[in-house]
Amino acid sequence: MAMLSADARFDIPLFTKYEIDAAFDEMFEAAGRPREHYRPLFDALLEMAPEELRRKKQTADLSFLHQGITFTVYGRDEGTERIFPYDLLPRIVTAAEWSRIEQGLTQRIVALNHFLKDIYHDGRILNDGIVPREMVYSCRHFRRQMRGFQVPRDIYVSVVGTDLIRLPSGEYVVLEDNLRVPSGVSYMLTNRRVMKRILPALFQKCGVRPIDHYGQALLSTLRALAPNARNEPTIVLLTPGVFNSAYFEHTYLARQMGVELVEGRDLVVHDNFVYMRTTAGLRRVDVIYRRIDDDFIDPLAFRADSILGVPGLFNAYRAGNVAMANAVGTGVADDKALYAYVPKIIRYYLGEDPILNNVETFLMTDDAQRQHVVDHLDRYVVKAVGESGGYGMLIGPHSSFAQREEFRRRILDNPRNYIAQPTILLSRAPCFVDGGVESRHVDLRPYILCGERVTIVPGGLTRVALQRGSLVVNSSQGGGSKDTWVLHE
Amino acid sequence: MLSRVADSLYWLSRYLERAEHTARLTDVHLNLMLDQSPDSARRRWRRVLAALRDPVSASSKDAYELAQLLTFDLGNESSVVSCIVSARENARQVREQISSEMWEQLNRLFHEVKRTDIDNLWDTEPLEFLRAVKEGVHLFHGITDSTMSHGEGWQFLQFGRSIERASNVAALLDVHFQQLPLSEDADATDHAEWIGLLRSCTALEAYCRVYTADLRPERIAEFLLLNADFPFSVRFAADRLREALEAIHISTQSRRADHVSRLAGRLGALLGYGQIDEIIAGGMHQYLDNIQRQCAQINHSAYLLYVTYPIEAALEA
Repeated sequence: MAMLSADARFDIPLFTKYEIDAAFDEMFEAAGRPREHYRPLFDALLEMAPEELRRKKQTADLSFLHQGITFTVYGRDEGTERIFPYDLLPRIVTAAEWSRIEQGLTQRIVALNHFLKDIYHDGRILNDGIVPREMVYSCRHFRRQMRGFQVPRDIYVSVVGTDLIRLPSGEYVVLEDNLRVPSGVSYMLTNRRVMKRILPALFQKCGVRPIDHYGQALLSTLRALAPNARNEPTIVLLTPGVFNSAYFEHTYLARQMGVELVEGRDLVVHDNFVYMRTTAGLRRVDVIYRRIDDDFIDPLAFRADSILGVPGLFNAYRAGNVAMANAVGTGVADDKALYAYVPKIIRYYLGEDPILNNVETFLMTDDAQRQHVVDHLDRYVVKAVGESGGYGMLIGPHSSFAQREEFRRRILDNPRNYIAQPTILLSRAPCFVDGGVESRHVDLRPYILCGERVTIVPGGLTRVALQRGSLVVNSSQGGGSKDTWVLHE
Repeated sequence: MLSRVADSLYWLSRYLERAEHTARLTDVHLNLMLDQSPDSARRRWRRVLAALRDPVSASSKDAYELAQLLTFDLGNESSVVSCIVSARENARQVREQISSEMWEQLNRLFHEVKRTDIDNLWDTEPLEFLRAVKEGVHLFHGITDSTMSHGEGWQFLQFGRSIERASNVAALLDVHFQQLPLSEDADATDHAEWIGLLRSCTALEAYCRVYTADLRPERIAEFLLLNADFPFSVRFAADRLREALEAIHISTQSRRADHVSRLAGRLGALLGYGQIDEIIAGGMHQYLDNIQRQCAQINHSAYLLYVTYPIEAALEA
C-alpha cells in the first residue's frame, strides 16, 4: 500500500491543502496541471471567491433539506433523517472513458443474465466445471424455489448498480455487482438538479450529457416484463415503508415514473392474482418493481416472520400472473465469492474477453489462497460474501491485532463466507472542504437497466469518502456523493 | 387511489386543521388573559381545554405550563407541534401523491416549529409563534389548491379538513353555551367572552358585517352554526364535507356508497334547514352533541367503505 504522503502541494490559495500522491487524481496530471476535461472547472474555481463557493454550498444544503432529500440513520433516537452529505464539485468523465465503461457494463450484465438462467435451468456452466457447483448451491441467496421457472423474457436482473473504482494506473475496474436492490439513483438525479441550479454557466461550458430520462427508461424496462396479454399493464413500486433508509428514493422514483408506491399491506393475492387495495376496490397489478429483499417478500415462501411482504405473492409470480424486477434469486450472482468467476462467466457465455476487469480476489475455499491470506491479513481487505454497505469487513492495514485474530478464526471456521482483496488506493477527486479544495477518494456507481435492450444513463453516483484519507465511501459509514458529468466529447 | 394513501391524506388534513384550531384558541386566550382577573382566567383555561376535549388536565397548572402543554409538548398528542409532526409523517407516506410545493411547505413549517421552543418564545413574542403556525397552515392550503389536481386525493384532503372543522367548532360552541347564559343583557366580562368565541373562529369581522357589532348569543350561535357562506361555520364545513364525499363517490364509482351519502346528507340537512330558535328551545347541548356524534359516524362508515373494507366485499362488487 502506498503511503499517503503529501509530496506535492500547490501555491494556489484555494488548493493549499490539495494532496497528490500515488492514487490516481481525477483532476490533475501533476500539481497545478489540470487534465484537459477538468480545465473549465479549474478555471472557474480560480475565479471564484471561497465565500461565493460557501454560499452556493449553503443554498444546495438548504434545498436538500427543504425538499426532504434525506436518508434515515438507524439506531439514533433524535433526528433520524439526515441530508445526504453532498459535495459541490462535479466529477467529470470523458466521452472515451464512458464509452468503454458502457460497453464493459453491458457485456457484464448480459453475461450475468445468461448465468442466472443457466444455473436455475440446465446448469451447463456447472456441468462443464467452470463454476464449482457447491459455490452456487451453498450461496445464501440461491433460491431453489426458482429452479425451472421461466422468468419473463429471460431477464433476471433488470436494474443494476455496479460499483467501479479506478486503480492508480487510471484503469476502471469492477469492485462489486449489485444485482438485488441497488439504491442511490435518486441521489444521482437530485444531485444533477441542484447542480444545474447552482453552477449553470459551468454546466453549459462543459457540454454534459443529460440523465433526466432515467425515470422513463426505468418505466419502459419494467413495462417490457408485463404478462403478454396485458397491454395497459399496472406497474407498482413495492417499498418496505417509510422507515426504510431509502424511502425517499422509492417515493422519488414512483413519482418520476407516475406509478403507485405500495407497501406490502396495500397488496392482496387472490386466486394467484395480485391486487392492490384502492378506494375504488381491488385493482390488478401486473409488474412489481420491488425494493424489498427476497427474504421478506412473501412470508409463505420465504421468511415467515416478514411483515413487509405479501402472502401468496411468490405463487402468483410462479403462475406467471405478475412479474417482478429484479427476479427472485439474483443475489447468487452478486455473491462476493462468485464475483471472482465473473470473467470466466463472460468468456463462457459470450466468448469475449471482459472489457472491464475485476479486482484481484482470493477465494478462502482454495487452500493455497487461504493460507496466503491468513498469513498476511494486515495487507488485505476481507469481506463477508453476503454483506453489503460496508458491513462485515476487515481492512487489514487499519486493523488491530485482535481484529485480525478474530477474522482469522472466522475465515478458518467458514471459508466459504469470506473473500480477500488487496487494499486498493481508490482514485481521488477534488472536493470543497472547509473553504478550500482538497482531494478525497471516490468510486463510481453507474445504473444499468436491462429490458428489451440495455440502457445506461450517462452518469452515475460518485460516492466520496469525506474523511481525509478514508477509503470507505458507503453512506452508512460517513460517505457522501457528488454529481457525475459525462461529457458529449 | 390506494386506500392507504387516501387514509394518509385524510389524516394529514385533519391534523393540520387541528394544529391551526389549537393555535387559534391558545392565541385568543393568551390575548384575553391580558385584561382579565386571575380567577376568570383560570375558568377560561378550563373552557379552552374542554373545547379541545381535555387533552391535558388543568389542575394546579399556571398559564405558562398550560400554554406549553398545548403548543410544544410532544407528550400531548394534540399539541400544536405534535399535530404538525403527525401531519408531516402522513405527508411523508404519500410524498409521491402530493405536489413537491406542498411537501416543501409542510416540511418548512415542521422545521420552523421544531427550531423554536417555549422558553425563548414566552418572554419575547408568544403570539408570534402561533401566528406563524396559522400562516403556515393557510399557506399550505393555498399551495394545495393551486398546485394539486382537484381530483380524488384533493377531495380526501377536503373531507378530512371539513370533518375536523365541523366537530371542532361544534365542540367549542357546546362548551361556551353550557357555561355562559344565553340572556340578552350580557355584562362586560361576558361581552369579552363572546368576542373571544368569535375570534376563535376568525368570525368577528364576518359576524359584524351580517349582524352589526351588536353581539347577541343566539345570533352568534346562528352565525357559527347555520351560516352558509362563512368558512368556519359548522354548516359550511358540513356542506364541503358532503361535496367532497360525493366527488369521491363519483370518481371511485363505488356501488356501496349509499350509507355514507345518507349520513352526510342527513348532517347537511340538519344544518341547512335548522332554525336557531327551535334549536335553542330543543336544547343546544343535545343538538351540538348530535352533530359531533354524526361526524364520528361519517368518519367510521367512510373508513369501512374506502379504507378497511373486507376483500370479499370488494370481489363481489
